[in-house]
Amino acid sequence: MADLNTLTLAQARDALRKGETTAQELTQSCLTAIEGAAALNAFVHHTPERALEAAAAADARLAKGDAPAMCGLPIGIKDLFCTKGVPSQAGSRILEGFLPQYESTVSQNLLDSGAVMLGKLNMDEFAMGSSNETSVYGDAVNPWRRKDDSAALTPGGSSGGSAAAVAADLCLAATGTDTGGSIRQPAAFTGTVGIKPTYGRCSRWGIVAFASSLDQAGPMTKTVRDAAIMLGAMAGHDPKDSTSADLPVPDFEAALTGDIRGKKIGIPKEYRMEGMPAEIEKLWADGVAMLKDAGAQIVDISLPHTKYALPAYYVIAPAEASSNLARYDGVRYGHRAALDQGDGITEMYEKTRAEGFGPEVQRRVMVGTYVLSAGFYDAYYNRARRVRTLIKKDFEDVFADGVDAILTPATPSSAFALGQMKDADPVAMYLNDVFTVTVNLAGLPGVAVPAGLDANGLPLGLQLIGRPWAEADLLSTAYALEQAAGFVAKPDKWW
Amino acid sequence: MSIDESTAARVAKLARIKVEPEALPALAGEFNTILGFIEQLNEVNVDGVEPMTSVTPQVLKRRADVVADGDQQAKVLANAPDAREGFFAVPKVVE
Repeated sequence: MADLNTLTLAQARDALRKGETTAQELTQSCLTAIEGAAALNAFVHHTPERALEAAAAADARLAKGDAPAMCGLPIGIKDLFCTKGVPSQAGSRILEGFLPQYESTVSQNLLDSGAVMLGKLNMDEFAMGSSNETSVYGDAVNPWRRKDDSAALTPGGSSGGSAAAVAADLCLAATGTDTGGSIRQPAAFTGTVGIKPTYGRCSRWGIVAFASSLDQAGPMTKTVRDAAIMLGAMAGHDPKDSTSADLPVPDFEAALTGDIRGKKIGIPKEYRMEGMPAEIEKLWADGVAMLKDAGAQIVDISLPHTKYALPAYYVIAPAEASSNLARYDGVRYGHRAALDQGDGITEMYEKTRAEGFGPEVQRRVMVGTYVLSAGFYDAYYNRARRVRTLIKKDFEDVFADGVDAILTPATPSSAFALGQMKDADPVAMYLNDVFTVTVNLAGLPGVAVPAGLDANGLPLGLQLIGRPWAEADLLSTAYALEQAAGFVAKPDKWW
Repeated sequence: MSIDESTAARVAKLARIKVEPEALPALAGEFNTILGFIEQLNEVNVDGVEPMTSVTPQVLKRRADVVADGDQQAKVLANAPDAREGFFAVPKVVE
């Protein structure tokens, strides 16, 4: 058998059930890989003892023939998820020392399903970023490098640690969260699969909130099948999140037929951006050809308000963030600034937040404060919410015309170098999410699938967007695309 | 709409984030870049369009109005930077 840490969830699950390996062996193999991968800075809080204990418990369950979907499978958890008794900082200094007294619903669902948590994964601070460079832990590093070039590349963000860890086989899979593209963009940058489910499919309870109307958790995995397995274990109604949907969770894996004959796939003309690299254009055309060969019907569609998605997002997300992050005030948890003689409570708030939040988080909180302030609320916030209604309607119209899924590029480029965007203005970084952010605004499911390599040997991904609650169907289409693309490349180990 | 240093200072105050005076010009510049980007929204005709309140049409669930949780004082205070006698402690608020 190959090194155990390189297995997919499905392979490891099947091997466990056949008794060919044990959860403890699998876990030890991942822990060894993690120890040897400090250069990637993917895992930022390590829980090896806890992992080995959970693995032993999983082995006992397996021996009794009680093997739920994720039993004995070692995974990483993004630092945004509150995990009981284990540091959960959302990549921020302001949550230094915070030890949750509770477990997020999604991570609890995974634990109940037998999963083994290896530790917590690096991310952009409060999930605000597209390169993992805003993290208090420092940059996570992409295991992929350009051919004949040792420059360190970004794994994307905000779920950069999750993407790097899965791509480098440090864990079999990881959780991510996606507010504007934070699962799909890093998945595309690392040759992995990431799905953001329909808003409400996974409970947000216990996940540090960024923009509550956009945030969704999802799996980051090596294959589409693994995404189906893990999403099934994460999803489900939760009375503790009033926006979580009280709908049955289908068997996503059983739905992976890959038979897309007769399915209508829409190609939105507005995603053909000016200045789009020829390689992305070609990847997209290749994807169209693959789905067509597999029997799908390809139709040209229009999503006329696409251009306004990013500007609407950069009103709505900061507005919600400024409200959500008001709780970090140095009173109930995390960092509190040292005070000078005579400082009152306002100085405590102001100094605590200046010290605890990094520059990007400060910027977004202040932009959010501005767009919600008296006199500007209507001009910015309400206008953005109206535009959001129109963006959602664009998709509704297309689905009403019988389109089953929409194919787009996942990102406007392959992974860029860490530090490359240091002197760029903030908006240049925001453009990374140009193809993904519409999906959050419309609450739809979207999945990134690795589909090819660029001239430098870096992975590129395609995105499929589905109808609300149709993740099963979407994953089956993604499975067909994955089979056709036959992406098997792995990064050369340099770390 | 252009943001000057005094507006930037006012926003920082509203957001309860201490910004040193020398950092204000750069901050105002960044705000203007971001707001300039957002200005594109003015091109959209939104007449008669309702602002979105819920992305998935759903009726929020209700539950019985009874105590469902509580008596967790130690857990609530466990992460406080300063907790005394069962309370969060902060600098003096009322003279």
